[in-house]
Amino acid sequence: MNGLLNWLDARLPIVKVWKEHLSEYYAPKNFNFYYIFGFLAMVVLVNQLLTGLWLTMFYTPTAEQAFGSVEYIMRDVSYGWLLRYMHSTGASAFFIVVYLHMFRGLLYGSYQKPRELIWLIGVVLFILLLAEAFFGYLLPWGQMSYWGAQVITSLFGAIPYVGDTLVTWLRGDYNISTVTLQRFFALHVVGLPIMFLGLVFLHIVALHKVGSNNPEGVEIKKHKNDKGVPLDGIPFHPYYTVKDFFAMVVFLILFFAVVFYAPEMGGYFLEHANFTPANPLTTPEYIAPVWYMTPFYAMLRSVPDKLSGVMVMFASIVVFFFIPWLDRSPVRSIRYKGMLSKWMLGIFVVTFVVLGYLGTVAVTPTKLLIARVGTVLYFAYFILMPLYTRLESHKDVPQRITK
Amino acid sequence: MRTFLLIITLLLVQTTVYAADANIELKSLRVNLNNQASLQRGAQLFMNYCSGCHSLKYLRYTSMAKGLGLTTFDGSIDKDLLMNNLIFTSSKPHEPIEVAMPDVDARQWFGRMPPDLTLTSRERGPNWIYTYLKSFYKDETRPFGANNLLVPDVSMPNVLVNLQGEVIAAKNKGHSGGQPPLKLVLIEPGSMTQQEFDSALKDLVTFLVYVAEPHKLERYSLGVWVLMFLMVLAVFAYLLKKAYWKNI
Amino acid sequence: MNDGPDLNQEDDLKPSDDVVDEKRRQFLLTSSGILGGVGAACALTPFVSSWMPSAKALAAGAPVEVDLSRLEPGQQVTVEWRGKPVWIIRRTQEMLASLASHDAQLRDPKSVVDQQPEYAQNKYRSIKPEYLVLVGICTHLGCIPKFKPFEEELGKDWPGGFYCPCHGSSFDLAGRVFKNVPAPINLAVPPYRFVSDKVIIIGEDEQ
Repeated sequence: MNGLLNWLDARLPIVKVWKEHLSEYYAPKNFNFYYIFGFLAMVVLVNQLLTGLWLTMFYTPTAEQAFGSVEYIMRDVSYGWLLRYMHSTGASAFFIVVYLHMFRGLLYGSYQKPRELIWLIGVVLFILLLAEAFFGYLLPWGQMSYWGAQVITSLFGAIPYVGDTLVTWLRGDYNISTVTLQRFFALHVVGLPIMFLGLVFLHIVALHKVGSNNPEGVEIKKHKNDKGVPLDGIPFHPYYTVKDFFAMVVFLILFFAVVFYAPEMGGYFLEHANFTPANPLTTPEYIAPVWYMTPFYAMLRSVPDKLSGVMVMFASIVVFFFIPWLDRSPVRSIRYKGMLSKWMLGIFVVTFVVLGYLGTVAVTPTKLLIARVGTVLYFAYFILMPLYTRLESHKDVPQRITK
Repeated sequence: MRTFLLIITLLLVQTTVYAADANIELKSLRVNLNNQASLQRGAQLFMNYCSGCHSLKYLRYTSMAKGLGLTTFDGSIDKDLLMNNLIFTSSKPHEPIEVAMPDVDARQWFGRMPPDLTLTSRERGPNWIYTYLKSFYKDETRPFGANNLLVPDVSMPNVLVNLQGEVIAAKNKGHSGGQPPLKLVLIEPGSMTQQEFDSALKDLVTFLVYVAEPHKLERYSLGVWVLMFLMVLAVFAYLLKKAYWKNI
Repeated sequence: MNDGPDLNQEDDLKPSDDVVDEKRRQFLLTSSGILGGVGAACALTPFVSSWMPSAKALAAGAPVEVDLSRLEPGQQVTVEWRGKPVWIIRRTQEMLASLASHDAQLRDPKSVVDQQPEYAQNKYRSIKPEYLVLVGICTHLGCIPKFKPFEEELGKDWPGGFYCPCHGSSFDLAGRVFKNVPAPINLAVPPYRFVSDKVIIIGEDEQ
């Protein structure tokens, strides 16, 4: 075995990479619960790639056969139902994990210098994830698939002058049709996954270049021993490999509990309207995107003008790019920021959840008002950030990690 | 913070979003898929009363036979039992449950092709189907002489009228007090008592729940093994983590 | 001054604690590894199993029932089974008699090569002599041979049989391949059985 390893290592930088990125890569010793979600996102990605690949072996991407092929998978293919539920649950799990992962970034200021690029790549990954989910959702060709795609693609029609042409160009037809389905299939199965893999690689490389942040916001590289090892760091392997393994098993318990006992999740993970084949002549009573896009959808609907609504919705995602420069606080972690930051973040989270709920239900005058207030509060978190992070009084950050 | 998020999530999960037509309250029933006798009765009812117009085109007769326990001693499908009791078209056992009615004729008689019912239970829920079948009443103004409280002016005739008996819709005196405007009254009994009819409907709805997801019971039982295994693995993984992190 | 994480608490621990620690770590590592490995192997099940023929494929490949009551002596009927053409020929007495006359011209007159179920490994290559069941695919390169039952139809010595137009292979009225033709072995006999006197099922063996 040693001989084999040496033979390989003379030709590929195996030992070097192992040391640099695992056994001698030093991570802060105080990673808490919020630090597991990056790894879990990779676990879910692997799940989506494997189950997705297998589903592609049995699925037919034409308008005529798509819905039937999904039922073929659910009934005729041995364990097809399990592969399908793992993939659909995985999609929702991906967003739960990614939202918590992003929340960790906001909580501990992981986007601050020198980690801005990691954050930017992450925001691009988030946008790709939204697109991947959107393309994937058309594939079952149910009523919600069809009409959700119809509504979202028609949003682009709001753009002046080029709008209508753009919508037709996106769809490849005058309405969502088999043409649209086939191109969304290609993007979902090949196009975006390739971009995903590339960007996840860069995301991790950028992280390893500067090293992880931690809940205290302390820069562990500032205090090293005479061997160059950060005093508050521990080698990723074996400490975090072993901790991540345990966390993964716990995650899998929750994941498979859903897969086997609640894959529909009350209609939020697998929507009821999608159990009817797409019918271009009948619109469902209520069209909404899947739960993970509803916060943005609620903001879109709260603006009366179509173009402004579209711009507000895109802005609500694009604004994430600017956080590294909006946060003017001299400290990274919420633990040492002032009361204003704590309140604003708390309000942001509640607003996000409330907006998400509002996006799942029909509009009423009261709900519209709440959505509008929510949209204002959502943007306030970002827009007011340069002010409140600078004005507030903050605690002094310790030099070393003690908790 | 974490508990807060958890509570919010759980609250959201409560609200299920099923499609409903008229705003009448759905009657609920408990479905037990383990009751194979009920499933078989339901299948028989379906084939006798519904399969003339409604297909179950994503389900094969042989798959249904397996799920309903229509097998011989060696575990193979009892084809004779299947053919004699449940297949009324020229279909072969391994073919999907299609309907013989031509599309063109259906549109002329009913205004539309009667919908396929394979996934109705997942789309609308068993309570909706149960309520729908209990909501038919006599209405001379309709082409087939029947109307439905849940789906007003429905184009489907009341196929179960001989079993249930004749039902009319009368004005509900309690309407001003917030109750629905019409209530159903049985004016002439059919071949079944009310209880027998409800029981028959339960069999039929149970069958349709099975049809919508034939692998459901397998899913539940496999889940037990998977979760048990993972919990054992979690214990080992935890002890392993603790062993390494003792000194940190 | 704090010297970093105490990865080796040499001062406080006796050497035996280190050993115990290491042993425990090793035990847990091995057992978790084995358990995890078992889990991973089991997790492969849906992926591997999904490649087995689906219910749809099994349905499409299902046995085919054929009613032979309308089949006249000397006639051939073709049905499809698993995407392949299957012939049923109702042989006349003359056809059956002619089978014994040309063993020397055949490559495998006794059907030694495994191209038929054991109940068809006889001089008629069938369950009942009257009915011949063959997979109608030439054993050379897969074309479908033509039914040429009449004597001398294809020359003076032609006893009746099948002739493949693609490369000239020929087989007799029991599907046995002649010498000096490209095809190497006899035509295949599929599994089949008689349900009743005039009804066979192709794709099922006799129990």
